[in-house]
Amino acid sequence: MRRFLARHYWVTGLAVLFVLMLGLTRIIQPGFGISGLESVTRAALPYAFATAAMSITIIAGGIELSVASMMAVGGTLSAVLMAKWGVAGTVPALLVVMLAGAAMGAVNGVAVVLSRVPDIVVTLAMMYVWGGVALLILNGPGGTATPWLRELILGQVPLPGLRWLPQAALVMAVVIGGIWWSLRRSKLGLSIYAIGSDQTAAFRSGVAVGPTRVAAYAIGGMLAALGGLSLTLSTGVGEPIPGPYLMASVAAAVLGGVALTGGIGGILGPVIAVFILRLARLDLTLMSVDPNVTTIVEGTIMAVVVMIGGLVALREKRR
Amino acid sequence: MAATGDPILKAEGIAKSFGAVRALRDARLTLHRGEIVALMGANGAGKSTFVKILTGALRHDGGEITLNGRPCRFASPAAARRAGLIPVYQEPALIPDLDVAMNLRLGGTPVEAFLARVRELGVDDLRLDDMIRALPLATLRILDIARALAAEPDVLLLDEVTAALPTDLVKRVLAAVRAEADRGRAIIYISHRFSEIADICDRATVLRDGAKVGDLAVEPGIEEEVVELMLGQKLDAATQVARAPVQAGTIGPPQLELRGLSVAGRVENVSFTLRAGEVLGVVGLEGQGQDELFDAIAGFRRPDAGQVLIDGAPVRLRDPADAIAAGITLVPGNRAEALAMIRSVRDNIALPGVARARNWGAIPMRAEAARVQAAVERLQIDTRAMGEVRRLSGGNQQKVTIGRWIAHGVRTLLLFDPTRGIDVRTKRQIYQLCRDLAAQGAAILYYTSELAEVEQACDRTIVIFGGRLVDEIPAGEADEAHLLRAAYGLTARDRETAAGAPA
Repeated sequence: MRRFLARHYWVTGLAVLFVLMLGLTRIIQPGFGISGLESVTRAALPYAFATAAMSITIIAGGIELSVASMMAVGGTLSAVLMAKWGVAGTVPALLVVMLAGAAMGAVNGVAVVLSRVPDIVVTLAMMYVWGGVALLILNGPGGTATPWLRELILGQVPLPGLRWLPQAALVMAVVIGGIWWSLRRSKLGLSIYAIGSDQTAAFRSGVAVGPTRVAAYAIGGMLAALGGLSLTLSTGVGEPIPGPYLMASVAAAVLGGVALTGGIGGILGPVIAVFILRLARLDLTLMSVDPNVTTIVEGTIMAVVVMIGGLVALREKRR
Repeated sequence: MAATGDPILKAEGIAKSFGAVRALRDARLTLHRGEIVALMGANGAGKSTFVKILTGALRHDGGEITLNGRPCRFASPAAARRAGLIPVYQEPALIPDLDVAMNLRLGGTPVEAFLARVRELGVDDLRLDDMIRALPLATLRILDIARALAAEPDVLLLDEVTAALPTDLVKRVLAAVRAEADRGRAIIYISHRFSEIADICDRATVLRDGAKVGDLAVEPGIEEEVVELMLGQKLDAATQVARAPVQAGTIGPPQLELRGLSVAGRVENVSFTLRAGEVLGVVGLEGQGQDELFDAIAGFRRPDAGQVLIDGAPVRLRDPADAIAAGITLVPGNRAEALAMIRSVRDNIALPGVARARNWGAIPMRAEAARVQAAVERLQIDTRAMGEVRRLSGGNQQKVTIGRWIAHGVRTLLLFDPTRGIDVRTKRQIYQLCRDLAAQGAAILYYTSELAEVEQACDRTIVIFGGRLVDEIPAGEADEAHLLRAAYGLTARDRETAAGAPA
């Protein structure tokens, strides 16, 4: 137990903080209950996907600035395909969206590996490329979402004993958790951690550094596209303008224990961090803080989190 | 053990060029099962390039490598591994953010075999869920070796694996390596320590200027022969060619003094005195602690023990600004670290003068221009590319890094391998620059990887080996052969032997 806590103190602390935030929300808004939790979770779903995408690229020693644009592509593509192919074509549409996401990520990864230009520059450029692609797919909100798929993330789990648990949380756990778990059990996952931790040592250990990096970006792209899909499901239409997911995902990843220098971090921490940041936003709204001030506070929280994360990483590496 | 049958590894006529530089011309190596061959060569002989080619980190331009009778050309370290050749380097190739078990899984190492090797090598308290980052360097070295052995390679390449290991572990590692060879494995062993080579190696292959110059059986007294092979013709040349004698200036009072300085396990108990007007040479093989020594004096690293005295008074050097305030200036080995490459020569020379915060306001343009002009003339910097330092040749860049400090006056100058990769003419100018600075009363500490430079530039030379100061050589005796023997720790052993201590 002590060993577990020593190793997972960060995630444990985040879980405690999350519970405290729930309590605080309840104090501010006594009516906050099962339905409140449900709407927070549903709103958190795209953020969770974005954060998972960001986490995996940061762990691989890179960063993915085009995450929000890839989400926009995923969101518009899914809305258009579901409108065109109807209920029967929903599952193929899902597969196409995931493949498109992986392809976008792979393009980013190949560009980073081949050009040897810093990933922060490459993905910044790709942010505009994918943003343009999203606008080509839909030049305004449009398309539609298949009803049964929408219902998948609505309401609570209809099982005895679980009627408090939002469906969206279950989807999050199954999809993100499933992808992450299989990654952690694979040699690819190990290689991703290895190249982020120490590229030279990884190379000498026989890891194929370039392909591993491309794979990390590809998985990130797929997660981003799924995030776009989840956004389409919760609003019912595809939205081509990228949302505020870039900074939010970096902040959640770092608050969740992912080191900006690469090689360190998991998925549980970042996902809990998404909820903490969402609840902080909700609380500010509930306290009827001026929306403009809210964005200042939010921005400050993110900047401080990223800065602290950077400092911690620096000290760890110096040891 | 007698080498029998066909060689398991054979490299012939290996050549490799980097642009115009021919790092390797005709490197050769033959290795049989059950044999340990030492690969030797002085700095710049092409040893590390050869190792990189053998292990698949670089590709050769010419020549042929056969492993198990099959010609091969490794595309990557992974390919070399698959073919049965596994290297272990001085810096352990373990992933710091993964635990031991994950590191094993990454390379596909069988866990049971690995644990058996680890125990054999004398580490008992290893847990598979220990994070690599949390383990001490000596343990990592052992794990790295155990991992390589557990993969049952045909050929094992050990590159300076005993550096910075405690003595008892060194003995265990050597014994384990010998035992592996006796079981029929073939091993390439690279070390700067003759004593280790004498202990376990069967043969020594010597490289010089990118070619194999000798292959001899290891037996007592081999050291002299190897040193001669490493030096080659130079040995005769050095005695015949009249060398420019060092113009000893007036040596002043002690300016920089080290007392028992130790740094992070790489520098141990180093003491010396550097006087005003003196150029003190520092000589050592690669990675003997000279980097850490210079960093500590320049305030980049904090020493664990010992004192630095300036003008007889102890000083605390917490960061480079402290060292600069104490009159200590480091010119690092990598020029790119010292210069703002895309700025002009003028800006780079002027920079140290404006770096202090209290000098932030307006720049006295005329005075600065005069100072820069004087420095450029003095250094004979080629002024056609004044606009951007990065367009200057390496030699001219190096002149800027040193010259900028002349323009501002310098008391104690630390030069770390200032002539690396620059042409002969510029080298001479740099020696002259050092002499001039010393004549003005500066104290200069001069590390060089080119031993032949020492007699041209230095008044006195200290030799560092394994983090310790092992010898001090006056100018008159500092010929290349003597320095090389000293750099391999051989002169220290001579003295011990002469003093009756066990060699």
